[in-house]
Amino acid sequence: MKQLTISEKLCTSCGACVSACPFGALRMESVAVVDCNLCTLCGACVDACPVSAITRPESAAAVPVTDVIWRDVWVFAEVEDGHIHPVVLELLGEGRRLADQLGERLVAVLPGHETQRLVAPLVVGGADHVLVVDRPELACFQDEPYTAVLTELIRRHHPAIVLCGATTVGRSLIPRVAILANAGLTADCTALAIDPKTRRLLQTRPAFGGNIYATIECPVSRPQMATVRPKVMKPLAADPARKGEVRLDQVADALLAARAVRIGYTAEVSNTANIAEADIIVAGGRGLLKAENFRLLEDLARELGAAVGASRAAVDAGWMPYSHQIGQTGKTVCPRLYIACGISGQIQHLAGMSSSDVIVAINKDATAPIFKTATYGIVGDVVALLPKLTEAFRAAKQRA
Amino acid sequence: MRMIVCIKQVPDTADVKIDPRTNTLVREGVRSVVNPFDLYAVEEALRLRERIGGQVTALTMGPPQADQALRDVLAMGVDDAVLLSDRAFAGSDTWATSYTLALAIRKLGGADILLFGKQAADGDTAQVGPGVATQLDLPQITYVRRVVSVDQAANAPGGALVAERLLDNGHETIRTSLPCVLTVVKEINEPRFQSLTGLRRARKAVIRRWGAKELEADPKRIGLDGSPTRVVRIFPPKLRSGGVMLQGSPDAMVAELVGKLKDLVGKAS
Ligand SMILES: Cc1cc2nc3c(=O)[nH]c(=O)nc-3n(C[C@H](O)[C@H](O)[C@H](O)COP(=O)(O)OP(=O)(O)OC[C@H]3O[C@@H](n4cnc5c(N)ncnc54)[C@H](O)[C@@H]3O)c2cc1C
Ligand SMILES: Nc1ncnc2c1ncn2[C@@H]1O[C@H](COP(=O)(O)O)[C@@H](O)[C@H]1O
Repeated sequence: MKQLTISEKLCTSCGACVSACPFGALRMESVAVVDCNLCTLCGACVDACPVSAITRPESAAAVPVTDVIWRDVWVFAEVEDGHIHPVVLELLGEGRRLADQLGERLVAVLPGHETQRLVAPLVVGGADHVLVVDRPELACFQDEPYTAVLTELIRRHHPAIVLCGATTVGRSLIPRVAILANAGLTADCTALAIDPKTRRLLQTRPAFGGNIYATIECPVSRPQMATVRPKVMKPLAADPARKGEVRLDQVADALLAARAVRIGYTAEVSNTANIAEADIIVAGGRGLLKAENFRLLEDLARELGAAVGASRAAVDAGWMPYSHQIGQTGKTVCPRLYIACGISGQIQHLAGMSSSDVIVAINKDATAPIFKTATYGIVGDVVALLPKLTEAFRAAKQRA
Repeated sequence: MRMIVCIKQVPDTADVKIDPRTNTLVREGVRSVVNPFDLYAVEEALRLRERIGGQVTALTMGPPQADQALRDVLAMGVDDAVLLSDRAFAGSDTWATSYTLALAIRKLGGADILLFGKQAADGDTAQVGPGVATQLDLPQITYVRRVVSVDQAANAPGGALVAERLLDNGHETIRTSLPCVLTVVKEINEPRFQSLTGLRRARKAVIRRWGAKELEADPKRIGLDGSPTRVVRIFPPKLRSGGVMLQGSPDAMVAELVGKLKDLVGKAS
């Protein structure tokens, strides 16, 4: 049976492993003892042990190694409302870096219909190749044909790495592809790197609502697949001089069948909707006291070109729709600026926004936990402060 | 109508604290609960049963104490429960988890509707629902915020289901044949409380427990060996550098803040 082994001879009972274990599976008796029912063999303790007393069982190769050579970095070119999704350009920026380091090509994969005009932005954004599949059945995203086509392309061309945005579409599609491709998949990454020795992709992601980070790799299986959180990677500066090749692949009709089909689509009309993509978010909590005060927030948002978010308390009160909820049970966001208005900053809310670049907190309670996370804090009445803030930003813009 | 709900036992994040000294999770005294998202899946299954009749089975893979998670949902009204527990499952990533759950679902004879939470609160991957759907070659609707209709007669044999899926920029309506997989978001319903009779029934319920042998699992596809991903390092998040509390009158603080944010705001618009 696979389990950790702890050398009684080496263990100095220092306790480093006990505090390193994210699953509470270790305790200290005369030496460290592991509870096999809690241990997930994650290896955090192995790294933490200063005297190398802990060893993790080595796994047999999960997937047989074949003689195929897996190379190139692929980015799935998600299309939203007829445009290349912004996260695709971010992934091309990051993918360019990875591909250059590996000395391989960066390929944008574009399944869709009548997508000619979308090819140029992908090349300008950094792709050496654009791999196109053009079929009417692919006109809008549907799980099954997109899964079948992407899996088929992977079988044909053997990419080493496949990246995709951690969007609703990406997080529905890529797990299906990973199963069919027998590939490892890491969700919602916030950092990617190449291990220079092994040339493996090192994928870093938050877990436990951002309370810990894990770096994950796929030792054997290929491709190495990851979804990446929007807004964390940087797009390249658009270079119209960049050249790329386009390749059109044909696929069999059988791959395009769908049992789950889209029969209706409603775009959310409000321009304050897509918090996952926003550069600036102003978010309100119970401290706004009533639904009408969200107007004050919307005024500020309009002034800043920002999206409006909400805490769960504000959503539960019916002041904002659920699609605006930020946090563990809502969306995860990482804008350049997050302004939290009347939000206490409970751990479940922080889980969704604590990786924002700059955080501003306005709260009348100086001891509110949000101030521990905030870059700038203001203690005061948010209902009185919001109009002043909107006015001050407006005045500053006019001066500029 | 046969329904199977997959639930996971996770640490209660309401209890999770960070040790400020070591910057790691304090796990002592942290209770285990049913993954909050999965309660919405359970509730939806119970509501479908009330609407169209049928049977709801809860399924979990986890350590022996995950038995409690199953009893929690039995107390909500789930009909029966199966626990997949075996040391050989330890170290499973989402690939191996999907494979193992799919084997159990096959052994149960499948179902018309399989329900999952949007994601688990510990791993946050949202991969297991689509993973199981693919292992079983079933259609899926993810991020479901409303089940519009279930019609067992529609274009038989399995019937059809229509649901609304929440997208980043709106929502779409999807029609799928049955059987199918649904993953649900919080907006879909308000989970019910456990009832007294439910609690009594849950205490007495006999929960089937299956291991790798009962599932006739391929040892190369379960647990650590069946997992293509490997965690190589776990570390605490970077502490945010100490924030600045602005001082002075409200107007002074507003002016100072606007000054500090000027560049940031200018760039965005
Ligand atoms: C399983 C689970 C999942 C959860 N998921 C989420 C999630 O996804 N997202 C989320 O946000 N929460 C989530 N929560 C809830 C979370 O624990 C908090 O209850 C919630 O975030 C609190 O929202 P709030 O900060 O708006 O309200 P409160 O905690 O009530 O805070 C209101 C704040 O406003 C301040 N205030 C009041 N009046 C004023 C005023 N006039 N001017 C200035 N400040 C004022 C108060 O000082 C207080 O700090 C979850 C909880 C659980 C158990
Ligand atoms: N070990 C497990 N046993 C049963 N269901 C699970 C398990 N892990 C995940 N699930 C289900 O899959 C969903 C997504 O989990 P995850 O992919 O881990 O985020 C959860 O909400 C559960 O419905």
